[in-house]
Amino acid sequence: MTDKVSEDDLHAFADGALSDARRLEVEAWLAAHPADAGRVQEWMGQNQSLHAAFDSVLNEPLPIHLVRAARRQPARTPYKAIAAALAFVASGLIGYGIGTVSDRQVVNPPLASALPLARDAAIAHAVFSPEVRHPVEVEAAHAEHLVNWLSKRVGTELKTPDFAALGFELLGGRLLTGESGPVAQFMYQDGAGRRVTLYVRRAVAGKAAENQETTFRHVTENGVQVFYWIDRDFGYALSGQIAPADIRKLADAAYGQLVGQAGGG
Amino acid sequence: MRARPDLIEHLPRLRRYARALTGDVTRADDLVQDTLERALAKLDLWQAGTDLRAWLFTLMHNLFLNQIRSRRPPDSALDEALEIPVSGGQMEALGARDIHAALARLPEQQREVMLLVGLEQFGYEEAAQVLGVPVGTVMSRLSRARERMRQMLAGEPVVQLKVVK
Repeated sequence: MTDKVSEDDLHAFADGALSDARRLEVEAWLAAHPADAGRVQEWMGQNQSLHAAFDSVLNEPLPIHLVRAARRQPARTPYKAIAAALAFVASGLIGYGIGTVSDRQVVNPPLASALPLARDAAIAHAVFSPEVRHPVEVEAAHAEHLVNWLSKRVGTELKTPDFAALGFELLGGRLLTGESGPVAQFMYQDGAGRRVTLYVRRAVAGKAAENQETTFRHVTENGVQVFYWIDRDFGYALSGQIAPADIRKLADAAYGQLVGQAGGG
Repeated sequence: MRARPDLIEHLPRLRRYARALTGDVTRADDLVQDTLERALAKLDLWQAGTDLRAWLFTLMHNLFLNQIRSRRPPDSALDEALEIPVSGGQMEALGARDIHAALARLPEQQREVMLLVGLEQFGYEEAAQVLGVPVGTVMSRLSRARERMRQMLAGEPVVQLKVVK
């Protein structure tokens, strides 16, 4: 028997917030109540429209004054402002536009600036992996199109590692912008809903330190485990907020499958 | 001493929400900047282990509320029944399915709920905490917001509860 379905249930259905059991009951209700079904459809469409209209903001370059505000107390005197700007530059966050630190300057790129590869990857992971409805731009159902598209944009023949043996399936991917050009992010998910992302971009020219890091490395960036390496001028980073031992296995698999196997060139 | 959390990873989402909320790039980023400054000043009050993102959105909500109050005449209450004042000419339906215009015409309190739930994917309980209202209030605002939005996007005339002179 279907319990009475409330207005709240209908909203929760549209927002994907119901338990599996309740969702089935509401589905049955909607099948028998076309007017309600129409409204729910409309609400889901509204959510879609909001994402279509505003998700691009996530991938915009971060204005430098906001990056600075996120990092420290606002400077209140010119002396402090200068000191803050110097400290900021010295922190290595930005090696860009030194001497012209204006408030409206933009850190270009947002998720892949002069920040080290691992840090960019960790931030991109933290930004996109919690997205419930639109974690990826192109879903894995269109995997071939996804890989071709991102390969073309990033400028190398990309390959998505297969993590099926470790319980993770490809969810899809998205294109990010970066200083050294476009960045590809692939997202994987396991049965428990845990997500890892693979971040691939051209290694930043002139960033000797980054280019020298050709070996397999591990860091923890703000709670995000990151394994990263450089291969043929491209930086790869696998990020996840899962146990280090677990992501290690994934990273080993990715490294084993990807390194040295990229197409010619 | 505990490590200070990094706010940078929250910037893209705060910016997305603020952009949709204010409908203006500059106003949105000003709101984000104010939020960051307040967050850094009050970071000691944030309880480690709780959801930093929800806490940041709470701060942004309070700042947004202050902005609205300061722009409104003091006698205009911020109650549930308050609808955006529109002139007769603006009451005609939106012809285009323009989500931006429709959002701008939602009362702020409904717009906040619509965006926290529909765009930022907060649960109803979380949204209630961010806004400092009971979850029942979240549901009723959500319901009204979606119905109003539906009417606007469908090109139906929106019933005005109250036209401010």
